[in-house]
Amino acid sequence: MPAISRDEVAHLARLARLDLGEDELVHYAQQLDVILSAVTRVGEVAADDVEPMSHPIALDNVFRVDERRPSLSVDDALAGAPAVQDERFRVPRILDEE
Amino acid sequence: MKFEQAVTEFDPVLGLEVHVELNTETKMFCGCPTTFGGAPNTQVCPVCLGLPGSLPVVNGKAVESAIRIGLALNCSIAARSRFARKNYFYPDMPKNYQISQYDEPIAVDGYLDVEVDGETYRIGVERAHMEEDTGKSLHMGGATGRIHGADYSLVDYNRAGIPLIEIVTKPITGTGDKAPEVARAYVTALRDILRSLGVSDVRMEQGSLRCDANVSLRPDPDAPFGTRTETKNVNSLRSVERAVRHEIERQADVLSEGGTIVQETRHWHEDTGRTTAGRTKEEAEDYRYFPEPDLSPVNASARWVEDLRATLPEPPAQRRARLQQVWGFTDLEMRDVVNAQALELIEQTIAEGATAAGAKKWWLGELARRSNDTGVALPDLAIDAAAVARIEELVGEGAINDKMARQVIDGILAGEGSADDVVESRGLALVSDDSSLQLAVDEAIAANPDVAEKVRGGKVAAVGALVGAVMKATRGQADAGRVRELLVDRLSGD
Amino acid sequence: MSFTETTAVELAAGIAAGEFSAREVTTAFLDRIAETDERLNAFLAVDTPGALAAADAIDEARARGDELGSLAGVPVAVKDVITTKGLVTTCGSRMLEGWVPPYDATVTANLRRAGAVIIGKTNMDEFAMGSSTENSAFGPTRNPWDPTRIPGGSSGGSAVAVAARQSPLSVGTDTGGSIRQPAAMTGVVGVKPTYGGVSRYGLVALASSLDQAGPFAATVADAALLHAAMAGHDAQDSTSIDAPVPPVVQAAATGDVRGMRIGVVEQLTGDGFQPEVRDHFRSSLDALADAGAEIVEVSCPHFEYALAAYYLILPSEASSNLAKFDAIRYGLRVGDDGDASVEQVMAMTREAGFGPEVKRRIMLGTYALSSGYYEAYYGQAQKVRTLIARDFAQAFSAADVLATPTAPTTAFPIGEKVDDPLSMYLQDIATIPANLAGIPGMSIPVGVDGAGLPVGLQFMAPAMADDRLYAAGAALEAAIGWEGRP
Repeated sequence: MPAISRDEVAHLARLARLDLGEDELVHYAQQLDVILSAVTRVGEVAADDVEPMSHPIALDNVFRVDERRPSLSVDDALAGAPAVQDERFRVPRILDEE
Repeated sequence: MKFEQAVTEFDPVLGLEVHVELNTETKMFCGCPTTFGGAPNTQVCPVCLGLPGSLPVVNGKAVESAIRIGLALNCSIAARSRFARKNYFYPDMPKNYQISQYDEPIAVDGYLDVEVDGETYRIGVERAHMEEDTGKSLHMGGATGRIHGADYSLVDYNRAGIPLIEIVTKPITGTGDKAPEVARAYVTALRDILRSLGVSDVRMEQGSLRCDANVSLRPDPDAPFGTRTETKNVNSLRSVERAVRHEIERQADVLSEGGTIVQETRHWHEDTGRTTAGRTKEEAEDYRYFPEPDLSPVNASARWVEDLRATLPEPPAQRRARLQQVWGFTDLEMRDVVNAQALELIEQTIAEGATAAGAKKWWLGELARRSNDTGVALPDLAIDAAAVARIEELVGEGAINDKMARQVIDGILAGEGSADDVVESRGLALVSDDSSLQLAVDEAIAANPDVAEKVRGGKVAAVGALVGAVMKATRGQADAGRVRELLVDRLSGD
Repeated sequence: MSFTETTAVELAAGIAAGEFSAREVTTAFLDRIAETDERLNAFLAVDTPGALAAADAIDEARARGDELGSLAGVPVAVKDVITTKGLVTTCGSRMLEGWVPPYDATVTANLRRAGAVIIGKTNMDEFAMGSSTENSAFGPTRNPWDPTRIPGGSSGGSAVAVAARQSPLSVGTDTGGSIRQPAAMTGVVGVKPTYGGVSRYGLVALASSLDQAGPFAATVADAALLHAAMAGHDAQDSTSIDAPVPPVVQAAATGDVRGMRIGVVEQLTGDGFQPEVRDHFRSSLDALADAGAEIVEVSCPHFEYALAAYYLILPSEASSNLAKFDAIRYGLRVGDDGDASVEQVMAMTREAGFGPEVKRRIMLGTYALSSGYYEAYYGQAQKVRTLIARDFAQAFSAADVLATPTAPTTAFPIGEKVDDPLSMYLQDIATIPANLAGIPGMSIPVGVDGAGLPVGLQFMAPAMADDRLYAAGAALEAAIGWEGRP
């Protein structure tokens, strides 16, 4: 019983905005299945009362002062953009509403 | 279905989500300025533009504001709070994740009391948390400027990263037919608190205070909650009330015809007074929240929280109640004061030496009239509390009367100077020495023998006409009270 | 004098003393690159004009009598995952082909301030995902010891640049072993500093809680010189440690291991590793014992779950970090024919711009974070992480540094593991635990196997005790006296 199906991979690809072809979906499903089966063993560890670690170093309250720092020039900001119009980033038509 | 019927057949439940833009100098996670209206993409840096390699750093002032807001809403401030990534793709999101807070928000479990028609409603506050705003898009090529029908869009990231506080209520029940007013009252009260804290401009029309209204109906208060809709684009206090009211009507219509409510996001249209459905999505969004690895947790020590609590101003409702008591105003009088935005003005005028009644008389009387006539808001009139206090003092001393006081106001508003300046330059002096007045009194009696006869005959009230004649003769500068006395004396003596 | 055979320490000293010019030195390395890189493909970009200008500026400063930085005039190659203002930065990916960053990473700025000459950007596995540099969109880098073999990854280009003497120093990044493993494969010294010791600002993020930039060099002392110049607190990185850089240069100079307790980790003694790797490990321990160190045994029982935890945490964070590549603000855009929606253009661009390993990990990460799976996968992996950190803490109560073989094998042939992701992941089995716990690690070359391919030994130290690595490393370097050249 595979850990992950082609359909699940298709769902993941949609969530991650990856336009995968049918062959790819099947291929990745096989590979992800192997990998998932291997990583799933983290579940073997009894860790109910263990705190999850999201930072290896225990820092807290790292803040900055509410003071201005130099911004990029508008040219630098737009320099890498695939499409620019009226000093803004031009994007193709948006389907989804926010 | 009409609203009145809808609320008899169904019990409305509300949930209000308010986003507040903080008025910090810089953005939530970088040092770019927050000033409104800059040329596009001139207030961006690698961080708020989401350039590869950039990292966020938390604005300490924003955290302070968040804690103060939580305290002002009677929340508990979390000892340990974390940022989380909310992952989804959208063109106005520079990183395609929003740094927000998920299961460890900065403030939880508070409340706000609001009053509608004399009844108090305690609105539970579920949580308040910090997050960053998105960029803004212009949708081009379509007819309406909205997304539908647009050919392409233009994105400006100046607003990306502006600090936001999201405040979410617990389900609001038990409001019945008052639901729309309660919703409006809550947002109003929230706005007033935020303003008094000085953390935001709270201008709904500018977007620094945004409200999403969740509405659901159930057959009766004991039934489980119905399916709710979320209405966005509610851009004014009036819209809050109207949108809630409309959505209750709309849902009641659907339900009473045997239909079901779709859980969806709807868009409020102020012009038509209706909500329309947003585009239904194929799948529910899975935000895949996880703790933000680039940021440290926020551990608000008890000491820090208490230090911030000490900076809180008196809550507006409490302040109003206290002043009402001190000033001796009735509820109605107080409401008039608040509605006229005269609270601070009256307070200041009293501080300048006036009585409460006197301050109220001028601000809510003559000056409110001027405000209405000219369309200039009361606080923006060209006259200050000190001047009003002085005017009241002059009247109280008998130096001028009310009619002259109005002329003084004219003069001040026209820029002729202070109250004393105007009194002097216009020669406004109440004549109250008997010798000058006696002359005028005698002349008036002589000029109006039949009226004088009536008064002698016992109709004392008729003396008013003679008072008027004296006032006219003295160009309103006589002390009317004294004139009356002299007239009565003269006429009764005969 | 052959500058390309001279250590960075000596180059810096010679330039500062006026014995030779920065320009001479830079020119020598530029020539070396020109001679060798056609074959090796270690560099994605060589900044000849920029490098010469920087070298000239050092020479002028020296002539004026200005104070010079610790790396003045010394060429440094930088892994192409780190931003360099005005110089193309690709992360080894088609997604960023031709992208010119408008800002320097803090590491880059630190190098410039130290007077280093940034000579070019090096090849890497795409977005730092890989252990062989075969995942680069711009061709693999070849191991100078045997050009039919991989140099390790993901910092293969930086490792080779030093191994082939194309640059005396280079900067790499290490998320699960991407400095240490290629260092072992190419016979050079490579160090992953304590997490938070070196700023990540400008380091294109793979796994935010695991990534660190670090030095490659031919000797421990050279690595220390670069480490000290790169490291330090940065206000622009909220995860950077606000403490002085550990005294790595001094530690490398003393190289004293007398009385140092060196812990051998029961779970990573080399069982199942290539036999020569194990043999070299053992003889290295003997050499250290002879130099006065005490060899002790420690156990880290949760290490057997480290690989699994890592390959859940990394893809999860990476899937989020790589979401910003969406064809809007920078990088590749594909499929914008005026008709397609932005959602379609995003998906087509990401399909075209990312290679297979990147896509695999993005999907794996998306899966591990999705609702319904979070607790069992990402959540659980973060708990295992805590347990691994506890294992280390326990181990460090009995030992001052830990020692393991760096990698299970020596360099394998190009193409051998490309279709077997799991086999590739196993390359990192000894290096991953240090990233999970945030502690520093060093790989130091200790010899070659029967095929003449380098073998590395790994030291690990507690957080912020990076200097212990340099002390142990320098001692081992001196004890073994290995000066292998490809």
